Amino acid sequence: MSATSRSRSNHAAAHDTHGASPPPPQPPPPPEQEDESANSAVFRLAGWRKTPPKWHGAAEVAIKVTALVAIVAIVLIFVFIGLEALPLFTSKVVRSEVTPSSMWLQQTWGEGAPRWSWQPASEIPKYSIVPLVIGSLKITIVALVVGAPLGILSAIFTSQIAPRWLREILKPTIELLAGIPSVVIGVFALLVMATWAQKLFGFEHRLNAIVAGCALSLTIIPLVFTLAEDALSSVPKSFADASLALGASKMYTVTHVIVPAALPGIAAGVVLGFGRAIGETMIVVMASGNAALSNWSLGTSTRTITATIAQEMAEVVHGSPHYVVLFGLGATLLMFAFVTNVVAQRIVESFRRKRGGS
Amino acid sequence: MKGRARDAMLLGSTALAALVVVSMLFIILFDVVKSGVSVLSWTFLTAAPSGGMQAGGVGPAIFGTAALTILMTVAVVPVGVITAIWLSEYSRPDSKLAHTVRLAVSNLAGVPSIVFGLFGLGFFVQTVGRGVDKVAFGGVATYGKPGILWASLTLAILTMPVVIVATEEALRAVPRELRDASLALGATKFQTTFLVVVPQATGGILTSAILAVSRGAGEVAPILFTGAAYFLVELPTNLNDQFMNLGYHTYVLATQSPDVDKTRPQLYGTVLVLLMLTFLLNLLAVIIRVRARRSLASARS
Repeated sequence: MSATSRSRSNHAAAHDTHGASPPPPQPPPPPEQEDESANSAVFRLAGWRKTPPKWHGAAEVAIKVTALVAIVAIVLIFVFIGLEALPLFTSKVVRSEVTPSSMWLQQTWGEGAPRWSWQPASEIPKYSIVPLVIGSLKITIVALVVGAPLGILSAIFTSQIAPRWLREILKPTIELLAGIPSVVIGVFALLVMATWAQKLFGFEHRLNAIVAGCALSLTIIPLVFTLAEDALSSVPKSFADASLALGASKMYTVTHVIVPAALPGIAAGVVLGFGRAIGETMIVVMASGNAALSNWSLGTSTRTITATIAQEMAEVVHGSPHYVVLFGLGATLLMFAFVTNVVAQRIVESFRRKRGGS
Repeated sequence: MKGRARDAMLLGSTALAALVVVSMLFIILFDVVKSGVSVLSWTFLTAAPSGGMQAGGVGPAIFGTAALTILMTVAVVPVGVITAIWLSEYSRPDSKLAHTVRLAVSNLAGVPSIVFGLFGLGFFVQTVGRGVDKVAFGGVATYGKPGILWASLTLAILTMPVVIVATEEALRAVPRELRDASLALGATKFQTTFLVVVPQATGGILTSAILAVSRGAGEVAPILFTGAAYFLVELPTNLNDQFMNLGYHTYVLATQSPDVDKTRPQLYGTVLVLLMLTFLLNLLAVIIRVRARRSLASARS
């Protein structure tokens, strides 16, 4: 088709001495094509013709180019977070106040014993990331210890034990938890959970790692639940059938056959939950108390990496050492997130390969 | 006997866990509704905050949130849906490029929201915005400052994985036979995709857009430095204006108030509005998804 039209236009061009070829004469469409079906007008509008219009090809190229946006976005994120944090290594002005090693190692800060300290607004600005990392880890560990078992156990209940009607209610209900914005959970933690915790345990500070961790667990429960439920439900039915046929009880089958078979998926969920918890911002800003202390006590006020960025970024001057350090914190978080993602991906992939081989 | 005790323990512990999770959800909903519902009124929904955030309403915050999410949707849905179409319909299973796109999507989904905020500041505001100012506005800070355009684009990148994953799932649920039938009748790949597959997946694509809107409407960390404002007298009318936002307003009321007890009714009212917005959207998405799954299942059998 295209070959004949080209030869026709070449032919026309040969006659036209000015070089501008007129459009090739189109033969009138045969009349029987007009009324193929009642829908033909609609279909024709949408581009359904015997010969597809030329723009379809261009559109297909555009589709492929659009698919690259996700790659461009993630690359830009790494590049720009990295670029804004780069002066930590290159700028003399910034390095006179803070270097990557001074962020991680204990400093004397002019007087007193060497220690880790995050006091960016003091006379001698102190940028030690260690109290923040400890804070993030404390809260994340609490969130995982509380959230992972709850998520996994409710996934086991939902996918294996609950009757069908209950499963159809439970699954969407627990997934709705993921739809609650984190500021709302933050408010709930700040006003309600903190008061409960204070009454029950009488912590040193009203807002602390336990309160923030428990609130944070509410965001990782639906994540762990969804992934664990998927993994449990995708265990082939033949596994359970074989176990039951050998005389094992339903519960024995669940604990000894189905859960082990789904373990990689469950583990991937927990790893992703860790990544989610360490990167969560609004809940910890509101519920953790935000004092940068370098201790492992769970009952004291705690400041995380994310909360520090959220609270301090708005006040810093563009390009100042403090600005650069906050982007350094962002780069650290990004690396954390990247590594957890890769680990989870590896777990799932090795699982798929094993399943595919068996 | 020992086996029976173990069975009972498994049943008990898993049922208890599910009960705890579901009841936490309902406790939160109950607390917010109980304390927030008395504040709700037409004035609260339309008026601006007044009296040091202790009176008035959340009108500008609702407007700002709506404007933000509409801009975000306009940016993210076409890109996300088209990416999903390419992944599901065009890419080969062993394609290196498709693998890379998927890797990028899963990594985007894992980037902490506050890092998106930093990215929006470092890339959109400081780099693109300042660049535009230099070229088009003679260096006068016009787009080189936080504004609703930059905030919505930041949110668009954040919600892109949501749209891509949900749309791809919807497209994959369309039976293969439909594609084969269309191709066998002589339709091209493009015609098959857009006249047969995509119309079948409309419900799922709509769900993906709703999920993205719901996620975007509730996010605060990415807009902290890219355009959200504490308090504004005027509504945003230009793409480079700052804006108020329900989530950010919640954060401000909860943490920056000089008198927590006096702002509490306002706070709960705001939370209730925000929760209704995101929650109803999520519920809608769940319902559409269940319906689509059922109709596809009945079409198959």
